[in-house]
Amino acid sequence: MLERALKALKKKYGNWWQLYVFLLLPLAYIIIFKYIPMVGVQIAFRKYTHRGGIWGSKWVGMSNFIKFFNSPKASVIILNTLKLSVYSIFVGFPFPIIFALFLNTIEAPRYKKIVQTITYMPHFISTVVLVGIIMQVFNSTLGVAPKIWKTLTGVQRVDVLASPNGFVHLYTWSGVWQGFGWGSIMYLAALTAVSPDLHEAAQIDGATRWQRVLHVDLPSILPTITIMLILRMGSVMSIGFEKAFLMQNDLNISASEVISTYEYKIGLANAGSTDYSRSAAIGLFNSVINMIMLIIVNTISGKLSSTSLW
Amino acid sequence: MANRSSKVKLCASDRVFFTIAYIMITLLTLVVLYPLVYILSASFSSGEAVTMGRVVLWPVDFSLEGYKKVFAYSDVWIGYRNTLFYVVVGTVINVFMTLICAYPLARKGLPHKGVIMFIFTFTMMFSGGLIPTYLLVNSLHMVNTYWAMLIPGAMAVYQMIITRTFFQNTIPDELIESAKIDGCSDFRFFGAFVIPLSQAIIAVIALQYAVGHWNSYFNALIYLQNKNLYPLQIFLRQILVMSQFEAQDIFDEETAAIMQGMKDLIKYSLIVVSTAPILCMYPFLQKYFVKGVMIGSLKG
Repeated sequence: MLERALKALKKKYGNWWQLYVFLLLPLAYIIIFKYIPMVGVQIAFRKYTHRGGIWGSKWVGMSNFIKFFNSPKASVIILNTLKLSVYSIFVGFPFPIIFALFLNTIEAPRYKKIVQTITYMPHFISTVVLVGIIMQVFNSTLGVAPKIWKTLTGVQRVDVLASPNGFVHLYTWSGVWQGFGWGSIMYLAALTAVSPDLHEAAQIDGATRWQRVLHVDLPSILPTITIMLILRMGSVMSIGFEKAFLMQNDLNISASEVISTYEYKIGLANAGSTDYSRSAAIGLFNSVINMIMLIIVNTISGKLSSTSLW
Repeated sequence: MANRSSKVKLCASDRVFFTIAYIMITLLTLVVLYPLVYILSASFSSGEAVTMGRVVLWPVDFSLEGYKKVFAYSDVWIGYRNTLFYVVVGTVINVFMTLICAYPLARKGLPHKGVIMFIFTFTMMFSGGLIPTYLLVNSLHMVNTYWAMLIPGAMAVYQMIITRTFFQNTIPDELIESAKIDGCSDFRFFGAFVIPLSQAIIAVIALQYAVGHWNSYFNALIYLQNKNLYPLQIFLRQILVMSQFEAQDIFDEETAAIMQGMKDLIKYSLIVVSTAPILCMYPFLQKYFVKGVMIGSLKG
């Protein structure tokens, strides 16, 4: 009996055991570093104490969540997160598409290559350096941007680094500056796949280049655009920690405090007054929303085409 | 394409269109380029020219003062050394883990492949979050050690999926079959065929991991308190963003105004010193980076 079972097992897995050996280390890694924290997230429902730890602290039900949602900060930081993200999608999403459509019409390969090399560059600048650049360039006393602004318009701008409104625009547009070139790669690739026959036919019919952009190029990359937009919507509630945190100061905090930075501050930043449980609750709330968004978005994109994450 | 359309004589509206297209593209490129050139020029100017705002495009009063101060700044070198260590060791771990994970999952017919894939991809959708991860790393006694910078991010599932897609598309089943018939084990097949056939994907993911290590500061921010372990980005944050200069000794007895100019000059030079290695190398490696984006867009 046992022998038969062993034989069956051997038949099924005998050829494969070496491949499972390959997977041992990665699986161990993912279970330890990704799944154990998922178990640890239960502290969101406990009152964490160092003595009790994850398993021994007292259960408190939803009180960490209730405390968060009842605090006046909750609505502010959720709104800030949404505002930054929607604004970033609104300007950051069309920009690479328009750029790709125009760049694609340029028929000087060397020039095109130079433009691509330059516009891809900011993608490789670290967030710390990007924020450092922003702070130098927009510095109200010696920055070059306020100076250019003044010579062009004659008006002295208020210090953008110190205003909540300025933060929103700087955050978004610096993101566009850093990302539009790199973001255009996908669309440029999709554009090279457009059949030359279509262009030729349109040309014979007397279409101008601009008309071909609108009626040949754009419709051809529309599927790519749709998928990218849907996938982008999946991260509507996740504003990354790094840039917002680095750009924060006391004067713009009313607009620059987002969920991820608040989670960090409650949980880790102020030694002594940290609240692991409340921070974990905020993080869990955000993770769940993000997951729901991703599932919705993936279902839609899976229905529309074959592009989905799984 | 170029040949064909140049044969067709440009009509007036096309000429207008191309003019506008060229102007737009050129303007955008200049907008990207200008801050970079400005910083480079400012870093080669004198402190006084920087504070007075006399630098507009080219260096004013050419000087290497900023670089001299940066090179005398010991923190910067601690950071550089640590970052190089994290980039090299971290990337080796990343690439190794990614390859050994992606290869079996690319093989047809592996039992329970779907479940195993799901175990990996689920972590892209949901995570325990900051605090539970921190508590784990803390309980493993990795906080404030080199390990915290290398092990918690040992593999990115996204890169693994890219690599898996590459394997599926480039390693022919027939090759595996015939190797099997010749009695080649999976370990040998991996070493003798898969790795040599995967130079391109190894370059792609290694570069992405390396740039990630070079630029990341979040893990260092939460896991490290010991200055001797800090990567460059942490020091950059202190200097560029918080304007904290720990080594005051690099400033001699100078007036406040000169010191302010010096600080700004150091910032510009530091931006160049910390970013130039990547920006100078990237144009030569551009095709690998672009390939990474392209493979990533294929369905896994």
